[in-house]
Amino acid sequence: MTKEGLSRRKALKAGLGGVAASALAAPYVHGQPRVTLRCGFWDHWVPAGNGALRELCAEFAQRERVDVQVDFITSVGRQNELTIAAQAQSKSGHDILSFPTWFPAAYADQLVPVDDLMGRLIAKYGPVMPAAEYLAKRENRWIAIPAVSGTQMKPSLGRIDLLKQHARIDPREMWPAEDRAGPGAENWTWDTFLVAADKCHAAGVPFGLPMGTFSDAVDWVGALFASFGASMLDAEGKPTVVGNQKLRAAVDYMVRLARFLPPDVWAWDDASNNRAIQGGRSALIFNPPSAYAVARRDNMAGFDQQWTFPMPAGPEGRFVPYLPYFWGIWNFSRNIPQAKALLEFLSQRESAEKQTSTSAGYDIPPFLSMNDFAVWKNEGPPAGVVYNYPLKPHHNARATVAFAPAPPEIAVQAYTQGLNTGLIARIAQGGMTVDQALAWAERELRTFARG
Amino acid sequence: MAPDGTARVLEAGTVPRATGRSVRVSSLRRLARRRSTIAFVMTLPLILVIAGLVAWPAAWAIYLSTLNRRMTANIGLDNYLILLESESFRMIIWQSCFFAITAVLLKALIGFWLAHMLHHIPTRGQRKWRGMLLIPWVIPPALSTLGWWWMFDPSYSSINWLINVFGFPSIPWLGTPWWARIAVIMVNVWYGAPFFMIMYLAALKSVPEQLYEAAAIDGATSWQKLRFITLPMMRNIISITVLFSLIVTFANYDIVRVLTNGGPRDTTHLFATYAFQVGILSGNLPRGAAVSLFMLPILAVAAFFILRGVTRRVKEVG
Repeated sequence: MTKEGLSRRKALKAGLGGVAASALAAPYVHGQPRVTLRCGFWDHWVPAGNGALRELCAEFAQRERVDVQVDFITSVGRQNELTIAAQAQSKSGHDILSFPTWFPAAYADQLVPVDDLMGRLIAKYGPVMPAAEYLAKRENRWIAIPAVSGTQMKPSLGRIDLLKQHARIDPREMWPAEDRAGPGAENWTWDTFLVAADKCHAAGVPFGLPMGTFSDAVDWVGALFASFGASMLDAEGKPTVVGNQKLRAAVDYMVRLARFLPPDVWAWDDASNNRAIQGGRSALIFNPPSAYAVARRDNMAGFDQQWTFPMPAGPEGRFVPYLPYFWGIWNFSRNIPQAKALLEFLSQRESAEKQTSTSAGYDIPPFLSMNDFAVWKNEGPPAGVVYNYPLKPHHNARATVAFAPAPPEIAVQAYTQGLNTGLIARIAQGGMTVDQALAWAERELRTFARG
Repeated sequence: MAPDGTARVLEAGTVPRATGRSVRVSSLRRLARRRSTIAFVMTLPLILVIAGLVAWPAAWAIYLSTLNRRMTANIGLDNYLILLESESFRMIIWQSCFFAITAVLLKALIGFWLAHMLHHIPTRGQRKWRGMLLIPWVIPPALSTLGWWWMFDPSYSSINWLINVFGFPSIPWLGTPWWARIAVIMVNVWYGAPFFMIMYLAALKSVPEQLYEAAAIDGATSWQKLRFITLPMMRNIISITVLFSLIVTFANYDIVRVLTNGGPRDTTHLFATYAFQVGILSGNLPRGAAVSLFMLPILAVAAFFILRGVTRRVKEVG
């Protein structure tokens, strides 16, 4: 045994060397992620809806060795919209955010173009819904990806028993849970709708169609206008109100229809129509399956009599209200390649099906080729209640966004101020003549395009 | 000590020639010893807070309101001019003034009446009533307004249910313009009247009892005591309370947002709710900033006259 032991200096050197070596080798030895991807997704209405995104992100994180942090931001109190505005102003925050319908266009200058990603997805799954393309493209560039989670349509949701009893319409027979239209489907027009609305109103179960400024109201009136070919703005954002005969026909129709609606629809919000059908006070509303899902969950009377079917057709065709969400990547993100990879993964068919199935069929994928997920066939009772919720070829329908095809930055102003429902309200409730109300709308629309 | 606060210990003539370094040190020391310097240093935190949280956002909002929608070019006052051309916005100016003036008047009257009633209750019982009457003011307005919304709900209004029990028809509380205006004013008055009550109660308690005794000896009636003693003695607190409430009521957001969302037909929108709709929801931040800044001249004029009155009275008393 030698007397020469380990000096303090040597021990310190050896210790430091060991720490440095293990620190340098650690990422390679343990495969620890070095990139943190921060995502702010929309907090889903359907309680289990967030689960699918959380699981998919965890799967991606493990596979790609990336740390993915997921926040779910509620749209209650417009929290998500305020978050977007705050992050855009401060140029800091998440890498990926969920953007509601009109927001990609508003923040186009601060979003990373995703043409490469969309190109690959379109090559694989076919075309995207034109309404989604209208909102997510600026100057021929994709600025956001049409999301699965949160995207909804608002077709007819009727009570089979009440419609049969009072309006002699059987929606399940007209639009069965099959890839075909049934007898009477060809007559499902706004004229038939008006007669049915009259009868149901007389029977004390009026159609629950909101007429305020909330999105349910603006969306369904927008779809009706579209089916009359009645646009209030052209593709350049110029008002097309005065002297527009198609718009006048749609307005005349709406004024007649308003007589058969509940007297309080002018103050309804997005939940009022849900409550109307759930409480058995209305025979028909325009809504995604959330109204049905809640009625079924709470075992409300008559939930098994609800049936989803397309909107009525007008002179220019059949249009269904469409309210998509988008996933966008901020241009101040430091992890753009990883963010694109995650969004590409979330947009794959398997990922989309997982999101739609977890949300009980609520989420609509942007690709028309994906409108055949099993969840829409299996939901019930009644079996196939939401089969006709997504667009099917035999519907001969198109998705529409109110105030399209105007440039989104102009259309959004008319949308959020509910100019189409406001126009009808001024006539049906406010006592204006049609001409006065149309002149008012024209003047208001002119101010939106300026500045 | 010199009048300016510096300690002039070292007179120029008596001081031995100092080196450059010592001159610098002594002048720094003099600066640090000045009262004005100390005062400035002590108020610096507050100045920074005001500059960061008041002046900077205000200046930014003014600058923002001069930009175009995409915030890429300065368009001067165009946003203001465009807003004034809009019929809807002109109606919102009227509605905001109507809402604020009516609500503040009602709050002041009800608050004064409640304070007067409370003042005449013996101290022991007064505490209990005071606590109960303050409840509306201490509940977060977003929460209490939700309760009101359930009572006014278009389809399931509990107030209408009660009205129907007595055989009267339902009232479209939120469905027609005038009823909706009345509803939002009612909720604002319910929420804000306790603030007036507590301020007026404090003012009433500070009125010397001898004045009332002297008036009673002179044979003054209750109305004369109110007219010639109570109101003049409370004038300043009434002015300040009205000004404060006017500012808060003009800037109200949550009540309209929860109850009506500005409807029906935009007839209940206020500057704040409309600014949010235009700025955030419509993605037009500059015009939203212009909407919110419309409050500024209205409130500035009100503040000028009210504060001028207060200052005059203070000078008269002094």
